[in-house]
Amino acid sequence: MLSRELSANKIKEKIIKREITAQEVVEELFEWIDIKEPLIKAYLCLDKDGAVLKAKEIDKKLSNGDKVGLLAGVPVALKDNICTAGMKTTCASKILENFIPPYDAFVVKRIKEEDAIIIGKTNLDEFAMGSSNENSAFHITRNPWDTDCIPGGSGGGSAAAVTADMTFMALGSDTGGSVRQPSAFCGNVGCKPTYGRVSRYGLVAFASSLDQIGTVTKDVSDAALLLQVVSGHDGFDSTSAAIDVPNYISDIDSVDDNLRIGVPREFFGEGLNPEVGSAVMDALEIYKRNGAELVDLSLPHCGYAVATYYIIATAEASSNLARYDGVRYGHRSQLSEDNIIDMYSRVRAEGFGSEVKRRILFGNYVLSAGFYEAYYLKASKVRNLIRSDFEEAFKKVDCIICPTCPTQAFKIGEKITDPLQMYLSDIYTIPANLVGIPGISVPCGFTNAGLPIGLQILGKHFDEGKILKVAKLFENETDFHLKKPELN
Amino acid sequence: MKYEVVMGLETHAELDTESKLFCGCSTKFGSEPNTQTCPVCLGLPGVLPVMNKKAFEHSLKASLALNCEISNFTNFDRKSYYYPDLPKNYQVSQNYFNIGNNGYVDIVVKGKEKRIGIHNVHLEEEAGKLVHPEASGANYSLVDFNRAGVPLLEIVTQPDMRSVEEVESYMQTLRNILLYIGVSDCKMQEGSLRFEASVSLREQGANFFGKRVEIKNLNSMKAVLKAIAYEISRQSDLLDKGEDVLMETRLWDDIDSVSRRMRSKEEAHDYRYFPEPDLVPVWIDQEWIDETRTAIPELPVSKRQRFVNEYTISDYDAGILTEDRLLADYFEECVKMAQDSPKELSNWIINDVLRELNERKTSVQDFAIPPKMLVELIKIKPTIGNSIAKDVFIEMINTGKTATSIVIEKNLTQMDDVSELNDIVARVIEENPKAADDYSQGKKNALTFLIGQTMKITRGKANPKILTEIFEERLSAGSK
Repeated sequence: MLSRELSANKIKEKIIKREITAQEVVEELFEWIDIKEPLIKAYLCLDKDGAVLKAKEIDKKLSNGDKVGLLAGVPVALKDNICTAGMKTTCASKILENFIPPYDAFVVKRIKEEDAIIIGKTNLDEFAMGSSNENSAFHITRNPWDTDCIPGGSGGGSAAAVTADMTFMALGSDTGGSVRQPSAFCGNVGCKPTYGRVSRYGLVAFASSLDQIGTVTKDVSDAALLLQVVSGHDGFDSTSAAIDVPNYISDIDSVDDNLRIGVPREFFGEGLNPEVGSAVMDALEIYKRNGAELVDLSLPHCGYAVATYYIIATAEASSNLARYDGVRYGHRSQLSEDNIIDMYSRVRAEGFGSEVKRRILFGNYVLSAGFYEAYYLKASKVRNLIRSDFEEAFKKVDCIICPTCPTQAFKIGEKITDPLQMYLSDIYTIPANLVGIPGISVPCGFTNAGLPIGLQILGKHFDEGKILKVAKLFENETDFHLKKPELN
Repeated sequence: MKYEVVMGLETHAELDTESKLFCGCSTKFGSEPNTQTCPVCLGLPGVLPVMNKKAFEHSLKASLALNCEISNFTNFDRKSYYYPDLPKNYQVSQNYFNIGNNGYVDIVVKGKEKRIGIHNVHLEEEAGKLVHPEASGANYSLVDFNRAGVPLLEIVTQPDMRSVEEVESYMQTLRNILLYIGVSDCKMQEGSLRFEASVSLREQGANFFGKRVEIKNLNSMKAVLKAIAYEISRQSDLLDKGEDVLMETRLWDDIDSVSRRMRSKEEAHDYRYFPEPDLVPVWIDQEWIDETRTAIPELPVSKRQRFVNEYTISDYDAGILTEDRLLADYFEECVKMAQDSPKELSNWIINDVLRELNERKTSVQDFAIPPKMLVELIKIKPTIGNSIAKDVFIEMINTGKTATSIVIEKNLTQMDDVSELNDIVARVIEENPKAADDYSQGKKNALTFLIGQTMKITRGKANPKILTEIFEERLSAGSK
């Protein structure tokens, strides 16, 4: 096996054992990126010099016999809405095309402390708004399994990079499925932890009450490793939880007896591609064979999840994106401006893409005087109902299993003109964001056309340890996660 | 026609905290532009707010001091509008769950007490400051974000004020309360205290409100009083002519002393309030409320009342003494040490101490004469007389010495010995026959001159009362 094809845990082990140097890992990786990036276009920016420098530093530590971090020498890519001091953070938007943050996001600080090597920033739908990566202002990332297909969104860049072995792991953000859906489409492991588990400080906000940083990895053990590093309380994020972080890494192989798995009817109904449906049913059979009890469930209010989500998410987005006005940073129009309103209008008209504009308009509308109660307030109430659906369910089961997405990856251009169809792509991932619970997508098969299918495992608040174990159990029984797209 | 004026006031008070509301930047006034900023208060992508506990506690304290009902659950909301001094283009404020609601402030106007309702008290963040270039025709403005994110308390009254005097009294009372409880320095010249007024007129006895006009940009109490007087006359002129008052927001121009329309009701902002998702709600339990309440000192109105009752000084004097909490403390400490003569101490403090504080531009806590020394001066005053006491007072400030040591050093004890004074008076009469004669003829003014001459000889130490008696006795007896 080529070193780039190894998991993060494996490559780290080799680096620590000095079977390979971090510098060699990084240089081989960049050689491969140089070859494949023109095809996949996963990255918005790469930092080979910085990565090599950091690799040498870690190699030196190792040769000195110094203590190294949990991610010693592991190349990591970051979705380009996570702030990196001194390195461009564009959110795939023209409005931040040349923006260089003066500070590191909490997660960036954490992975640096653990000796990770940041290799670059990955593509996304502009401001993480989209399900296909087609809303990037710069280019469209391709699905490594079929380059005519989208890699999913918004974190398509991170997912494609991990699958194409163009990084060992990546961090993304998941507001309505932006980590899990691309992972399902690209056939890797995407984990969205509980809201509050990982600090959002330095993640460029899309919808503050839904955004959560998540991990994109080659297997479940790597997810546990990266999650271990980035989890925990941060005094710079008021919504970050002051709850102890369990040891995900060591707990992952322990076995749970009497596992009760909830199977929600609402996630297997109309709109579910039969190939996806049967792959998920096969997966459930595997759990059953391993002693799990399957429990039929209903989450009656989940039918309103997408509508609820698009009210809350756009309302918050309209306010979060108000700061991009050209006054302090970001795009400024070259055209002359008569007054400040002119300036705002031009900056935002030129700087934002059409999906972002659509959501800002939508969000402003639902928050307008006279509509607030009918939309935002109502949506908040429905959100509470969906939350109690899950609370009820988790009284009966340890976790919930369902498809990550109703379909496999679709063709580039297939849904871009029909936003409603696009939005439905996140129908199974959105509830976890509304409720704030953790979810993980693991590969559970392929369609006849050879595109990956994702299995979603949802857990209780702060029960990441459990869903990682349940995911690991499946991975132990299957080899879908080891399949590689033919890129040679 | 005679109209009734209906007025309400919104007050913005910058809270006195070391750091800003949501970040660690300093709140110090007057630094170089944009030197007290960070990613958070500049609204950079990805930053999050973290509540300053002190600012929240100040707000709770103020709400309690203003007799508000305290919500057990409070939350923050985003108020959206675009302006270059607002880094995020929304202000974190409170709209749906304010810290304090339904409070009141008791004011006194012309000796009569009146209760002004407080609609709500809430906490929000301050905006930055636009700096417009002086050169005319400049096509840019600069922004200073040092002030952006400073905690700001907004206090909104009910439309309960009916006269300019009531508004004035309310502002002073409110300012004193905020100073007393130590939540704001209320420095108007630094913009720590600012106002917005709403004014409407209606026919006397009407049971509906007239069209309301809001006036912004009121940066001093004087400006408020000028602006509402202007607005009252503007509106009554319109109504007299049978014209309508437009519901609008006007901007006060303090230099030209006029207000100008800023926007009409139709142009009013839709602030699109919604709960701030980046902050967690704050739950205020009874224990926290009780704890905060015990930290509230006696407030000016009740202190004033107590001074009148306890020390039998006039309401007017009590008002002056209680205007500044530290001055009131100074007074009470003096009275406690002296064990009596509160009236005399009050006079000294109001006339002499305050005068010297003003002249020397200092505050009572930095004053050279602590209560103990002032009391000592009052105690020995009968032995040196009032006029020497005043000189000693000044000498004490200048030298820091005690009254007793100054009196001993300069040998200033009053001459009370009648026979000694008799000799001196005899000498003065001899040396000033004209004046003595005038006095005998009934010209009372002459006595002042004669006493003055005696004081010159005794260097002011002669007891004026005894002196007068001797002069009267000698000259009216006709002994030339």
